[in-house]
Amino acid sequence: MSLPGEVDVIVIGSGPAGLGAATELASVARVLVLDRETEAGGIPRHCGHFPFGLREFHRLMRGPDYARALVARAEASGVRIATGVNVVKLHPGPRVTVTSDQGPHEIRAKLVLIATGVRETSRAQRLIGGEKPAGVLSTGALQSLVYLEGKRPFRRPIILGTELVSFSAIMTCLHAGIRPVAMIEPGPRITARRPAIVYPWLKRVPVHLSTNIRRIEGREHVERVVLAGPEGESTLAADGVIVTGRFRPEATLLEGSHLERDPATGGPVIDNFGCCSDPSYFAAGNVLRPVETAGWSWAEGVAIGKTMRAGLQGKLPDIARHRVTTTGDAIGWVLPQTVRAPENAAFDRFQMRVNRPVRGRLSLRVAGSEYASRSIVSRPERRITLPLPPTIGPVEILLEEK
Amino acid sequence: MPNQAPALSGRFDVAVIGAGIVGCAIARRFALAGARVAVIEKAVDILDGSSKGNSAILHTGFDALVGSLEHSCIASGYAEYLSIHGRLGLPLIRSGALVVAWTEEEEAILPALIEQAHQNGVTDVETLSATDLRAAEPGLSARARGGFRVPREFLIDPWSAPFAYLLQACQNGAEILRGAEVTGGCRAGDWILETTRGTVRAGLVVNAAGLWGDLLDEKLIGRRDFHIKPRKGQFVVYDKPAAALASHIILPVPNKVTKGVVVCRTAFGNLLVGPTAEDQDDREHALLVSEMLAFLRRRGEEILPGLKDHAVTAIYAGLRPATEFKDYQIRLHDGLSYITVGGIRSTGLSAALGIAIHVEDLARLALTPPTAPAWPKVSNISEFGARDWQCEGNGGVACHCELVTRREILAALEGPLAARSLAGLKRRTRVTMGRCQGFYCSAELSRLTDGRFDRAMAEVAE
Repeated sequence: MSLPGEVDVIVIGSGPAGLGAATELASVARVLVLDRETEAGGIPRHCGHFPFGLREFHRLMRGPDYARALVARAEASGVRIATGVNVVKLHPGPRVTVTSDQGPHEIRAKLVLIATGVRETSRAQRLIGGEKPAGVLSTGALQSLVYLEGKRPFRRPIILGTELVSFSAIMTCLHAGIRPVAMIEPGPRITARRPAIVYPWLKRVPVHLSTNIRRIEGREHVERVVLAGPEGESTLAADGVIVTGRFRPEATLLEGSHLERDPATGGPVIDNFGCCSDPSYFAAGNVLRPVETAGWSWAEGVAIGKTMRAGLQGKLPDIARHRVTTTGDAIGWVLPQTVRAPENAAFDRFQMRVNRPVRGRLSLRVAGSEYASRSIVSRPERRITLPLPPTIGPVEILLEEK
Repeated sequence: MPNQAPALSGRFDVAVIGAGIVGCAIARRFALAGARVAVIEKAVDILDGSSKGNSAILHTGFDALVGSLEHSCIASGYAEYLSIHGRLGLPLIRSGALVVAWTEEEEAILPALIEQAHQNGVTDVETLSATDLRAAEPGLSARARGGFRVPREFLIDPWSAPFAYLLQACQNGAEILRGAEVTGGCRAGDWILETTRGTVRAGLVVNAAGLWGDLLDEKLIGRRDFHIKPRKGQFVVYDKPAAALASHIILPVPNKVTKGVVVCRTAFGNLLVGPTAEDQDDREHALLVSEMLAFLRRRGEEILPGLKDHAVTAIYAGLRPATEFKDYQIRLHDGLSYITVGGIRSTGLSAALGIAIHVEDLARLALTPPTAPAWPKVSNISEFGARDWQCEGNGGVACHCELVTRREILAALEGPLAARSLAGLKRRTRVTMGRCQGFYCSAELSRLTDGRFDRAMAEVAE
């Protein structure tokens, strides 16, 4: 199947955000979705558990069924999806260089959407000590082994992290007959919120809080893990380590491109229309920030698909943008990073996260005067939002801690 | 239990024990000279000891001990690499190096180091002021006081080079026995080496056992002339965008113990910081220690302040086979047809081809070289040459971070040096070595490698 040289819209990534936007655009444009995997659908393809699909299909679905339904809906609406295609470079124009079995190829478009998702932080990035045996995996790698290949890489691993995804890792393990021996959390409390989902699993797996992995031992394969906790060092026999969470946008394409990247989110700098620093490029979904649910990403894709539609028709407001500034060093990131006139924007709320547990007052000022405020008690990885103001001007977000 | 049946049939002119960088180069040299060569490796894969964790630099030997064997091996090995890398398809990144003084004391040593470089035949070094340094390397910290440039220090691919040496040996008749530990041996005219996989008969034995060299000498010839004192080096590797921060190899002023922490690009387009120098008794385990890795990050940021905004992609540690001596320990044991190649502690990658020349000279075997020796060309996995993903019919990309194609992966699972573990496949192709560390490609890799590894990446879940 040969790739076209020119389309109206290129969507990079066929996860919920990319497919949400593509489906929205299909009636007014020739839309080509590119995915480097051999099957479309993104991360939900290998999340073999509930709950997916409530917003999109108004029923409870498992990840793979949800991914298939999104793909079917996009194709039925006229979207063309090409898999096994890697985008290797973004150019002004817009134009992208891709490669596939056929070798390199260039595609031009009127607009490009970047929807490349997120990945977890690796063992290496966390500088975890010890040997480097096989059997140290991210949740993503574990899930794709279990749900796509029907395999298990170990039988009694330990799980590092207590984010929502860490509990998905437990579910994945139990599905494949893997019995996690422990869950390790460096912080003093479990990170994930929703206790209703979390607690049943906690009964089955002991949790060690305020504990770190000191080193991983085993030459060919993991044999033991040495932990450092409140009571000093201890050794657990384990044949694997699942390094979960601490997501980062998969925004490699921004490197070496002309697009501005926000070091705080790790994703592209966008405005309230989902528009990047080059107005012919948009971005949606988890490439914008770590990390939201599939449903959230899909809704974001749909909303940004609508603004791209307006963009194709030349109906986007003037490009003049104002920077969003933050005061308070506990603010981890804020999205969008810039704003322009709010009519028909894709975002009606700012999204943000804190980088440590905080208690205080969060407020938003436009051109110096306060527009919104609330008191917050929050922790890292917890969703925080503030309404986008209806008037245009420089925006300042303040966090005053108590 | 040692197996008494022959592991490889017939008589070999040379048995090389150890398929590290040095063993691979020696095997190549003898095979090209016309010898029938056996290579015996304890691990299931080649390059599994010291050779798996170095800094991937082709040194000129400018700072070697003047008049040392190490220096002469580096000089001749360097020259041979330059003359053969193109034919073997090996990359050469002409980065040059800067030696940088960070303190007044270090600055005071610079003239002596330059003099040493001159004595070592490296006469093209250029003295640089603090201003010159920043002009040469704008990302360098303003704390750099002065230094000099060594224009011909280069970067190479630490995996493909020894792999190509051994592949060329194999294509010229050498045989490789992997997963075979030498347990003993005796000499009755020829050597009969006992291994865990059977015996090997050879005229000459070359001990290139690296970290185990002294113990192997004791086992085979009943004496040891040196003691291995493993020195651990830990490294952090930054993601590719960081490579834009420095074009030269940035070397510190060396002290008596170590060359110190180096910052340099890699052939794969990353930037590395390391090594540490930590003495230990353990020859087997090179443990990564979080605090030392964090120290390397800080040290890296002191040298290149821009590094603070960059992500670490990989971490690794290696053991250098240091001894109580400064120089290499290479000697022919008279009357025993046995050559020890020991103490190749930190410059092995640069010196390997030169060590091989020296060992061939010591051996003085009467051999007839093949009239038309085979010259295999290895496929390029560095960022400094055409990659398979840029060609048609590559099967598509399986490892997205490093753009490794299915065709590259399948090729690495074939042939006399086929990868038999994920670690081996990583070295040959770079799969999972990128920023995601296997997040995206592990599942497919487990399928592509089904039935190929000694231990599968994952078992079938019932």
